[in-house]
Amino acid sequence: MTPAVGKPLDRVDGRQKVTGTARFAAEYDLPGLAHGVIVTSTVAKGRVTAFDTAAAERAPGVLAVVTPKNAPKLRPTEPFGSSETKPVAGTTTAPVLQSDQVFWYGQPIAVVVAGTLDQAKYAAHLVRVTYDAKPAELTLDSKGRVFVPDKVQQEEPEITIGDAEGALTAAAVKMDHTYTTPQHNHNAIEPHATVAAWDGGKLTVYDTTQFVFGVRYDLATRFGLKLDDVRVLAPFVGGGFGGKGGAWPQAFLAATAAKVVGRPVKLVLGRDQVYACVGGRTPTRQRVALGADAGGKLTTLIHTGRTSTSTTNTFTEQFNFPARHLYASPNIHLAQELIELDVCPPTFMRGPGECPGTFALESGMDELAVALKLDPVELRLRNDPDKDPTRGTPFSLRKYKEALKLGAEKFGWARRTPEPGSMKDGRLLVGLGVASAFYPVYRMPSSARVEVTAAGTALVQCGCQEMGMGTATAQAQIAADLLGLPVDRVKFELGDTALPFAMVAGGSSQTISVAAAVTAAVAALKTALLALAEKADGSPLKGLKAADVAFRDGGLARADDPKAGESFGAILARAGRKAVDAKAEVKPGDEAKKLSMQSYGAQFCEVRVDPDFGTVRIKRFVGAFDVGRVINAKTARSQFIGGITMGLGMALLEETHRDPRTGRLVNADLAEYMVPVHADVPALEAYWVGDPDPHTPMGAHGIGEIGITGVAAAVANAVYHATGKRIRDLPITPERLMSAARESPR
Amino acid sequence: MNPFDYARAAGAAAAVTQVAASPRAKFLAGGTTLIDLMKLHVETPDTLVDIGRLPLDKVEAVAGGGLAVGANVRNSDLAYHDAVLARFPVLSEALLSGASPQLRNAATVGGNLLQRTRCPYFRDGVSPCNKRAPGSGCAALGGHNRGNAVLGGSESCIATSASDMCVAMAVLNVTIKTQGPKGERAIPFADFYLVPGETPERETVLDHGELIVGVEWPALPAGAKSHYLKVRDRASYQFALASAAVVLEVAGGVVTTARVALGGVATKPWRVPDAEKLLVGRKPTAEAFAAAAEVATKGAVPRTFNGFKVALVRRVIVRALETVAAG
Amino acid sequence: MPPDPDPDRRDFIQGVAAGGLGVALLSTAGPGVAAADPPTGPGRAIPVQLTVNGQDHALTLDPRISLLDALREVLHLTGTKKGCDHGQCGACTVLVDGRRVNACLTLAASVAGSPVRTVEGLATGDDLHPLQAAFIKHDAFQCGYCTPGQLCSAVGLLKEAHATTDDEVREQMSGNLCRCGAYPNVVAAVQEVRLAARDAR
Ligand SMILES: Cc1cc2nc3c(=O)[nH]c(=O)nc-3n(C[C@H](O)[C@H](O)[C@H](O)COP(=O)(O)OP(=O)(O)OC[C@H]3O[C@@H](n4cnc5c(N)ncnc54)[C@H](O)[C@@H]3O)c2cc1C
Ligand code: SF4
Ligand code: FES
Ligand code: FES
Repeated sequence: MTPAVGKPLDRVDGRQKVTGTARFAAEYDLPGLAHGVIVTSTVAKGRVTAFDTAAAERAPGVLAVVTPKNAPKLRPTEPFGSSETKPVAGTTTAPVLQSDQVFWYGQPIAVVVAGTLDQAKYAAHLVRVTYDAKPAELTLDSKGRVFVPDKVQQEEPEITIGDAEGALTAAAVKMDHTYTTPQHNHNAIEPHATVAAWDGGKLTVYDTTQFVFGVRYDLATRFGLKLDDVRVLAPFVGGGFGGKGGAWPQAFLAATAAKVVGRPVKLVLGRDQVYACVGGRTPTRQRVALGADAGGKLTTLIHTGRTSTSTTNTFTEQFNFPARHLYASPNIHLAQELIELDVCPPTFMRGPGECPGTFALESGMDELAVALKLDPVELRLRNDPDKDPTRGTPFSLRKYKEALKLGAEKFGWARRTPEPGSMKDGRLLVGLGVASAFYPVYRMPSSARVEVTAAGTALVQCGCQEMGMGTATAQAQIAADLLGLPVDRVKFELGDTALPFAMVAGGSSQTISVAAAVTAAVAALKTALLALAEKADGSPLKGLKAADVAFRDGGLARADDPKAGESFGAILARAGRKAVDAKAEVKPGDEAKKLSMQSYGAQFCEVRVDPDFGTVRIKRFVGAFDVGRVINAKTARSQFIGGITMGLGMALLEETHRDPRTGRLVNADLAEYMVPVHADVPALEAYWVGDPDPHTPMGAHGIGEIGITGVAAAVANAVYHATGKRIRDLPITPERLMSAARESPR
Repeated sequence: MNPFDYARAAGAAAAVTQVAASPRAKFLAGGTTLIDLMKLHVETPDTLVDIGRLPLDKVEAVAGGGLAVGANVRNSDLAYHDAVLARFPVLSEALLSGASPQLRNAATVGGNLLQRTRCPYFRDGVSPCNKRAPGSGCAALGGHNRGNAVLGGSESCIATSASDMCVAMAVLNVTIKTQGPKGERAIPFADFYLVPGETPERETVLDHGELIVGVEWPALPAGAKSHYLKVRDRASYQFALASAAVVLEVAGGVVTTARVALGGVATKPWRVPDAEKLLVGRKPTAEAFAAAAEVATKGAVPRTFNGFKVALVRRVIVRALETVAAG
Repeated sequence: MPPDPDPDRRDFIQGVAAGGLGVALLSTAGPGVAAADPPTGPGRAIPVQLTVNGQDHALTLDPRISLLDALREVLHLTGTKKGCDHGQCGACTVLVDGRRVNACLTLAASVAGSPVRTVEGLATGDDLHPLQAAFIKHDAFQCGYCTPGQLCSAVGLLKEAHATTDDEVREQMSGNLCRCGAYPNVVAAVQEVRLAARDAR
């Protein structure tokens, strides 16, 4: 049997997804189900002085109007990141429904419950609220509290090596510019939704989440329940991208409403409400300054800036992480600060930090290449470090140069003529740009259960998540190879707190974290199976140790003699059992402390720019990645091109506009917040180096996020090449291109 | 949505009577504007009279080479109609540049004529908006007004007319046929829409209960060519940042007919007669087109975030004219 | 014991005159529960005959209910998805009279008498529709949430027959957003089925 890992297998849940039988949270119907609709605040800061709920309460079908006046008392949440041992997932410390305080425009302040959705929506509209509004701080330049966070994702917020500013002054060639990225919103097509049902003191919820155990912990905390009395299920999630990573309000609001009306409640956020009460990606303002010697070797690297957090969470967008690992430089200064704003708590969004960070850093590298009159691919090759530039540790795997060369070759980088504006396609300007992709390798604790049956099938379980990454497919492939079974005999179950524990599906950590647990569970299963055979007379496995046997063809066999073995059926039949199972719980080792573990890549973009209208269209895009071993070539490619697509949106289209007068999001819908549509996206190409990482489970890295990194810079660099105009503020809109001046290289 | 009664219209006359009978009643056609705005509580009818199945669904030739189109003809059907494709490409292009295939399958000619602005403050249901809540102010004037109009606005309202179809219809010299409580009317396109002035809530000359039954337009001059050009950020499924519909006839090396209308930049489908006059009798050169574009945007009032549209729409006009002139 | 998640329950709220239902359940509710008056004024429930995937359903519906909510909440045909409820994403695309439309902007009442086809009606028994099979083969989805809309839209596209090139398919599929970014694979799947159908003719 050839290994399943690496093959471009179809998704195991594909049939469910194309027939409409894959069920998402809002699609669970329960007896007596009522509908909850939230009411959100229309001021950014202050307090509610009065609710007039009379009209809503009188409206047909209304069961309850839940406000702080009549809501059951809840305990405070434990915020995300506040514990290293517990699966805390609170996204905001705002005491929603527990006080009259308002912390941002769009904060939930009431829930209306009615028999049907139309009734609930209408009644929610009838709730009248009066406020005592306070002035709010809403922009990066406002008077909000500015501070340096203690840690940035467990790392130091500031890194200083040598004298970066001094080296900049002295540098033969340099660039020094400020880049900005606006707020972005995830816009998973499935809106946040929860179905919550109480059975006495027990709570069951179907929720749109990337973290069932986090939501369970959050609900148990808020309602003062034992963990075992809360069950959270999310068998399918309609896209997350970080926006469903924490416990967002819909879950506890649905549970609260269900408690009040004594019926199961379904609560689905409207698209505008997803914008209003689920945080997006913070805006960033970043300075990148680079200096080099005449030979194109970096002499200094500065990457600093500001992002926002909110008054009800502390979230740092780690934009300077790429600069910690990508390039060698004797002088480095990396720092970031936060400003606390009266906004919905910002949160992770695909490639948090690395995504906006690579826009600035990789635009900067392009500007430096221009200043050096050096090819930008060559500049990057010349600055490849041989050990981690800020930590000094060796790399677990670094095939960055290989990825860069692979991408350049597939893309045909050699045809690029360096002079901006030198390539044309009729009236249109042609531009070719490159940028690095970067994302760290994260691994988290995970557990798994494996069971094999006499029929020669296996069930593998882990309470991890599927939001489109192909989790069940990849893990089934991994388990199949470990168990010596064909993939179609292995079933993988996920998305349920009744299954073994898993952490948040975030940080591109899930595949390897779960793979490690599955591997350990299979090893334990081998011992359990062998225990049934090793003392049995007549068994070819008699007297053998676990190290002497291997899974093979639906059974166990001697490692040194594949023919000397027994099927699962034979082993189990003799023992009088139908199945045998094993569980394992695995924590990452200290490899991440000793080694620099990162993924790399190179993004190549070809644009067409209409010089009159300032419109940019993507003609071609190639991404080449160094991400260790790829488990499933088909779903991996989808992850890469999906990330690239979101990056194209970031480059050209996406921006959440907040009205600075009120704090209201102006374009909180899918017509005015523009994500790419079919017509914006050409055939995309993704390639990978493929060398396994000796220090990760399966030799793999996570791949969900690296695809978006570097994309916006590749586009901006291509636009520069096409037009000679350097756009340092995203998105690259017609007005920005129309008003920008051509920059002549020095 | 607020509660409403629903009834299917038995016929055009019955529909008129039903809607005229109640001040809060409305016609429902494809629903892609009305249902959307009802969900936003911007429209709050208490009665919907569904006219979607009335047989106002014919596209017919009229004497002299024009077309008569029923109000219920779906946007997609009109766009792909042979006569439209062959003789009025500007209309086909405009329709196909609008919305999405599935929305165009639902959207009707009548509904498209009466689609409402996409101004975000109009749609949000809470901001000051003179169009939605007369006298409350205009949040767009000092707000996020990238999508708003630079032409035809007032200090009461700068809401952009969103339709692509209507921009094409403006250069086709369409007549709008109605049947209302006071009888039948034929309203020239140029008279149909109102600029906001002090009363932005009033958008057309229609009376309450007046049903659009169809539109009609004459043939274009024999040698005329037409074209619609739309510029937007996204390559599809987005309203215009700026657009132009043009009809150009060139004979003996000079322009003999010129019609230009603008979309995405004005408070109603925006014909530019001065620019058209300037073109007639001149050679179809880049200079002439640029001069016409300049005249077309005279009086434009840029706001905080939409100033670029003045230059943009000029370039769109020039490009559209160049395209038709080049054949 | 988790509550029964059986999706096939048809026996409880039919989305019908649930005002009355609200009254009936008031006694079980806790504090803050409002008294629900029977509906007065406009909004009377009306009989609506829906024909979905060849099956007739005689329903009594609130006139407000969209075709999308009628499918999902009343008939429990949850294959059709809601992404925006405002015609902006295409997740709700279904075929009415064989034409693709956005079910969220369509009143259920206004399609009475017209056949509706949803993703649940694409396959024939166990045989997938060629587009469904091609979507799996080309990995034309990730999370799968936009997928039913993409599929119904693609069925409409093939029938309309206005798209031949990849760029035309892209343009004609642009009413269906996919945030996972499966666009290139959707185009590949649609083109494969389109070409196969053309060759078969
Ligand atoms: C997401 C989205 C994107 C869009 N993008 C575009 C775009 O890019 N370009 C563009 O041009 N349009 C766009 N549209 C708008 C679309 O074209 C209109 O919604 C559509 O044309 C309206 O037609 P309808 O038949 O659905 O109207 P309805 O919603 O049924 O009716 C609209 C109004 O017209 C009235 N009405 C309808 N028919 C008649 C009649 N015969 N007589 C009198 N009154 C009548 C109704 O009472 C109502 O007030 C978009 C819409 C959406 C939702
Ligand atoms: S521009 Fe017009 S529609 Fe927009 S907020 Fe002002 S008054 Fe309202
Ligand atoms: S749900 Fe109908 S278009 Fe988005
Ligand atoms: S597959 Fe997730 S949105 Fe398209």
